[in-house]
Amino acid sequence: MQVGLEHYLTVSFLLFAMGMLGVIMRRNLLVIYMSLELMLNAANLALVAFSRFNNKLDGQVLVFFIITVAAAEVAVGLALIVALYRRRQSAHVEDLTSMKR
Amino acid sequence: MKYEILPWLTLFLPIFAAVFITLFTLRAKNVSSFISIVAIVAGFIMSCVFIYANGFQFSGESIRDWLSVGDFHVDFGLKLDALSMMMLLIVTGVGGAIHIYSYGYMDDDPGKARFFAELSLFTFSMLGIVLANNFIEMFIFWELVGVSSYLLIGFWFEKPSAGDAAKKAFIVNRLGDFGFMLGILMVWASHGSLNFSALQGLGIVSTIAGLLVFCGAVGKSAQFPLHVWLPDAMEGPTPVSALIHAATMVAAGVYMLCRTFYLYNADGLQVIAYIGGFTALLAALMAVQQSDIKRIIAYSTLSQLGYMVMAVGLAGPSQAMFHLTTHAFFKALLFLSAGSVIIGMHHEQDIWQMGNLRKKMPITFWTFLIGALALSGVWPFSGFFSKDSIIGQALAQHNYLLFADGVFIAALTTFYTFRLFFVVFLNQEKSDVAKHAHESPAVMTLPLVILAAFALIGGVIGIQGIYQYNFPGEGEKPANFGAALVEPFAHSPVAATLGLLAFVIGIVLAWMLYGNTSTDPLPAKLGGLAALMKNKFYFDEIYEATFIRAHDFIAAVADFIDRWIVEGLCIGLIRGGTDLTGRALRLVQTGNLQTYAFLFVLGVAVALYFVLR
Repeated sequence: MQVGLEHYLTVSFLLFAMGMLGVIMRRNLLVIYMSLELMLNAANLALVAFSRFNNKLDGQVLVFFIITVAAAEVAVGLALIVALYRRRQSAHVEDLTSMKR
Repeated sequence: MKYEILPWLTLFLPIFAAVFITLFTLRAKNVSSFISIVAIVAGFIMSCVFIYANGFQFSGESIRDWLSVGDFHVDFGLKLDALSMMMLLIVTGVGGAIHIYSYGYMDDDPGKARFFAELSLFTFSMLGIVLANNFIEMFIFWELVGVSSYLLIGFWFEKPSAGDAAKKAFIVNRLGDFGFMLGILMVWASHGSLNFSALQGLGIVSTIAGLLVFCGAVGKSAQFPLHVWLPDAMEGPTPVSALIHAATMVAAGVYMLCRTFYLYNADGLQVIAYIGGFTALLAALMAVQQSDIKRIIAYSTLSQLGYMVMAVGLAGPSQAMFHLTTHAFFKALLFLSAGSVIIGMHHEQDIWQMGNLRKKMPITFWTFLIGALALSGVWPFSGFFSKDSIIGQALAQHNYLLFADGVFIAALTTFYTFRLFFVVFLNQEKSDVAKHAHESPAVMTLPLVILAAFALIGGVIGIQGIYQYNFPGEGEKPANFGAALVEPFAHSPVAATLGLLAFVIGIVLAWMLYGNTSTDPLPAKLGGLAALMKNKFYFDEIYEATFIRAHDFIAAVADFIDRWIVEGLCIGLIRGGTDLTGRALRLVQTGNLQTYAFLFVLGVAVALYFVLR
């Protein structure tokens, strides 16, 4: 069976959907964070697939950028979660309702 | 025009004085009064110099541009002719005497500095009316006079009655001024100009416009039916009553009628004459049964103003102005003498508490007597000549009703004046205060003497002749002193004789009834009529029951509409709607991170659907 663009995109879509559902439905901040990464990687996969099938390197270059930025973002995000946990003794989104006033 | 600057200085010095006093010297009462007195006396001297340099025959305008909108131009100008120059002398001269008198009268009042500031503001406004060369300028000063009158009537604002009187004067005047403003607009609509000199060339406007302009005079000069404010205005200090409510401000209405005399047609003049005659009669009747010394004089002022307005209506503006001038002298004199009595009596104003003040206050006695004789129209006092000229004018116009009216009022005037005189200055003392009354200081008696001199000779120094420069064609009045003395008898012997007869009847009646009594014998004789007079024919009560009730009703309806329909329905609906929407939208804001994320995704999905469709 020939593996075509649509297969890659299907996988990418599935990954993205899983990530999104995770962000929306899971309660633990760390899990939400991992789901967020999953969505990023779904996007990366799509970019690489497009890049490969169009015989251009632009997409792959962009992916490198995304990976770099994502690494930095993880560092900041995890630090925030740790700080939040220290302050609230909880990493559950139900407890983070101070925006509702 | 020589010395053009002098009238401008005369006009603006008092307002500078008022501003200076208000800003800097409110604490220093004697300095303040000095500044104010200097401002008006300097104005008097400058007016004299100006008139001496230019002569009474002079007529001209001194004009500065003020505002122009499209083809509508208003100057800020001074109109200088015999009419305004004579008024200039009256306002600064009589006003100056009253300023000096006030220095003594208000001496122990903590608000003396404020009093003089307001007095100066009034002087400025009044001079503005006198000198205005167009309707707009006059109207503005007209309103300024209303404001300063309001301030001065309510000078003792801690007394509720003074505050009420001030409000009453202001509001009643507003009614007249509204008509005045409409009249000005109509004049402008029909003639396209508001300048007095230009209007003089254009002549008569419609009856309606003339009568609307007359409305302003009705308010300011307290003619029927807007006469109710003047007696109440006596709540102000006595010098104010003398200056504003006798000599100058109330005369502004008459002055305005004379200034715009060429605007009225025969029908309008008829109405003016009868309103004046009616007011004169009504007020004279009311004066007969008052017991407050100032109110009696106030009603007599109303009555004399009625005479003047009647004279204007009888096509005799120079007679009206003549009477205005002599009235300014003797009525200011009477008021100031009454003020002297009030001070001597320690602020007692009821004449039935006085008596035998002749011994205690000799100067005031004599000056009051001169004022009373002038008011009653006794030859050769000034009032005789001016009153006679008005009655004579009625006869010359063959208006026998108003002629009889005038003669009858002359008798009434003598009667109530000498009733007051006998009760206050003769008879026995009717209270302890009267036994210990004392003469006033020289600063108060000196102005009395000066005014008394003018009340005595004001009729024979050619004043009417001066006004005739403005209103020619009534036959030359003799400038010669001796000829002037007997002129009325030659000019209109019937009027002169009947006027004197009226005086004799009045004084004999007054002597018979009040020559030696400690209570008023009249109510027993007249019964219901006396009560009617004492209660001012129930005008206040009638107005209370009709106009004020109607006004209150309209106000209540407006309040209901504002409170329930505008506030409740219109504003309430909008406010409630906004509030409800806000509450509904608040439900969306759960504060839950994942709800936001979900809605965000939903939004993206919807956007994608519409983009990719």
